[in-house]
Amino acid sequence: MARVIGKRPIDILTDVVIYTGLVLVAAATVIPFMQIITISLSPPEVASSFGLHLVPTKITLEGYRNVLRHRLIWRSYANTIFRTAVGTALSVTLLVLGGYPLSKRYLPNRRLWTAIIVFTLYFQGGIVPTFLLVNGIGLRNSLWALILPKAVYAFNLIIVRNFFMQLPEEIEESAKMDGAKDLLILFKIVIPLSMPVIATVTLWSAVYHWNQWFDCMIYIQSQTKFVLQYVLRLILIEGQEEYLADSAAQYVSTDTMKMATLIVATLPIIMTYPFLQKYFVKGVLIGSIKG
Amino acid sequence: MLLPVLAYFFIFHYGPMWGMLIAFKDFYPLRGFFGSPWVGFKHFGDLFSGLYFFPVLRNTLIISFLKLIFGFPAPIILAVMLNEVRHMYFKRTIQTISYLPHFISWVVLAGLVIEILSPSRGPVNWLLQVLGIKPVFFVASKPWFRPVLVLSSIWREIGWQSIIFLAAISNIDPELYDVADIDGAGRLRKIFSITIPAIFPVIVILFIFATGRIINDDFEQILNLLNPLVMEVGDVIMTYTFREGIQKLNYSYASAVGFFKNGVSLLLVLTANSIARRMTGHSVW
Repeated sequence: MARVIGKRPIDILTDVVIYTGLVLVAAATVIPFMQIITISLSPPEVASSFGLHLVPTKITLEGYRNVLRHRLIWRSYANTIFRTAVGTALSVTLLVLGGYPLSKRYLPNRRLWTAIIVFTLYFQGGIVPTFLLVNGIGLRNSLWALILPKAVYAFNLIIVRNFFMQLPEEIEESAKMDGAKDLLILFKIVIPLSMPVIATVTLWSAVYHWNQWFDCMIYIQSQTKFVLQYVLRLILIEGQEEYLADSAAQYVSTDTMKMATLIVATLPIIMTYPFLQKYFVKGVLIGSIKG
Repeated sequence: MLLPVLAYFFIFHYGPMWGMLIAFKDFYPLRGFFGSPWVGFKHFGDLFSGLYFFPVLRNTLIISFLKLIFGFPAPIILAVMLNEVRHMYFKRTIQTISYLPHFISWVVLAGLVIEILSPSRGPVNWLLQVLGIKPVFFVASKPWFRPVLVLSSIWREIGWQSIIFLAAISNIDPELYDVADIDGAGRLRKIFSITIPAIFPVIVILFIFATGRIINDDFEQILNLLNPLVMEVGDVIMTYTFREGIQKLNYSYASAVGFFKNGVSLLLVLTANSIARRMTGHSVW
């Protein structure tokens, strides 16, 4: 608009500083990923050489071939997919079933139930008592230990409840006059109208499950039940490379395989990212209205 | 309908709160919760007289404080800068790129940070070498470990946290800028006299809440970057609780540590909330 007329030197300088700053912020994110991808594709002599590795000079797929040959990677991928699918389904079901009654003014003791739930956002038992409880109820070394303890996050429940509260009451009332029961109203009217918030909490839960590793570290002993991120941690952070290589490692450096594992584990997030981003941003804004 | 959810909260949230009482017992798994003897404040005594807890508390507070001082303004600056960009395509691209790390786990990001800061291959050390400076093994260096934590957490969250400030900026009445144009205000003038004052209430609220979280460390980040060489400067309450409770099986002592931390945390959050309410009329409730 009229804002561009008469550019002063100071304004041009401001522009230069702003654009440079923003490009640097983006570069700080892009460059690390370029290096990871390059290393994951490089033969040993390139990977171990000094200097920048931002664009692959020689390409070999040995790293990926090795990683994908490994049984533990596939097994842990399956476990991660399992916990993500089942965990998210359970979480969203509970959020909807819990959020709906909490959104109704006529629910007896509504404020009390809400307070009991919100309190868990501010005070928790801590890791040791939770650990003892999960073990105590027999979930030790079970994939359910990764799903049940964090099945409902109070913050998400409140967001779902707030969304339900904004829906116009008249539609539900008229359905009720026609004799529809609560459950029918929930499934036929409320859920279809609430798809934006349901999509948001679904993705929140899915990303949470995909990225989670700490619970696997403390509850799971059997290798066959490890999740992807935990295997990745063993390889990348604890340097337990025996999880990677059989014997084929001579064609490819362990670093290349580490980076290939990293890419393989992150690819689903990157591929769904445009979609994730859209709903996550929406969620932040929904949450901040009454957050 | 509400029953499964309430049952969940009672079992998995109030259960552990009840379980915290083992902080006042000498808990032996074989004897169970009820069979273990009460010992009153013994473990809290150990906590406050022990040589181990204070360094850990100190590290936690220092790291959180540094993250607050440097990490809090970062997304505000990014949001203000993004708001000045007139090329929508450029703006979108920067936003999309800068949100990305938020979606990736700390395991992957820690792997990435270690790679980028690697003395042999990382671009940062490459740059230092070009400038004639000796390479530094940042992740394993005592003076550098805390800056690494602060910078990597800014790097992960800067884009994401800017969303809320951008939303606040987008609520500013555009007429204010038009009037400023008529008065002949330059770009910087408009940033400091319109944009920042307009989002100031949001800044204040978020700052108060961030202060309320100062005793909470970023457990997942620190556990993945922590290594024996930097224990002295990087060990925090949660990593300590984890080692004592889960690895060394000192259940009662670790619960006492957790109890103390969560109690302080609750107190801080409630204080922050009441300050925010008094100052601005907004609160989380």
